[in-house]
Amino acid sequence: MAVEMLYFAWVREAVGSGGETIEPPAEAATVADLLDWLGAHSQSHATAFADRTRLRAAVDQRFAPLDAPIAGAREIAIFPPVTGG
Amino acid sequence: MIRVVVQPEPIDTAAELALAEADAGRAGAVATFTGLVRVDDGVTALELEHYPGMTEAALRHLANEAAERWALLGATVVHRVGRMAPGERVVFVAAAANHRAAALEACAYLIDRLKTDAPFWKRELRGAETRWVAARDSDAAASARWLAE
Repeated sequence: MAVEMLYFAWVREAVGSGGETIEPPAEAATVADLLDWLGAHSQSHATAFADRTRLRAAVDQRFAPLDAPIAGAREIAIFPPVTGG
Repeated sequence: MIRVVVQPEPIDTAAELALAEADAGRAGAVATFTGLVRVDDGVTALELEHYPGMTEAALRHLANEAAERWALLGATVVHRVGRMAPGERVVFVAAAANHRAAALEACAYLIDRLKTDAPFWKRELRGAETRWVAARDSDAAASARWLAE
């Protein structure tokens, strides 16, 4: 099933895009699996996702850990720790 | 009333305060917090990025939590996005309640939690140089304090 990926802040800059629609493989069970798969196909994604301690995620607009399952997810966002206020 | 706004326009604190005071009516108290772009380190501008949809939902969730926890008459969160100059307002928070303790505590809660629970990202500009601001441990601790109580 198609998943909408969104990237924010320096992750967006490192990937080189604010988002993309992808068709993840069935074996990608978690957000981290998805990042591995994207990185295997693109050097800019691999660079952006290299240090997982600097990444946070949201699945369908709710904060989620990188080991969160993605089954049924329609929108997954990857970004640095938030710095508002 | 719960009022949550994410806007590129400058924040009109007088208008926001008037709305918050209308919530309080004759009964109460209004506490507010205004965050400004710090004038230091040669920062020439600050840029705020957000996650349209999720950011507003996260702020609304926090405002509803505060309203319930302190029995507020009103809660306001207005956050600016885009580029702003040193001295300009980044964020305005207000809590209207029957008594000052609830208003003051709820106001602190809203700004503390907002810093860790709403998707915003800051970038500082120093002339032609840009730098994404790193999250601070002290902000995480200030936010966690409200969950531990």
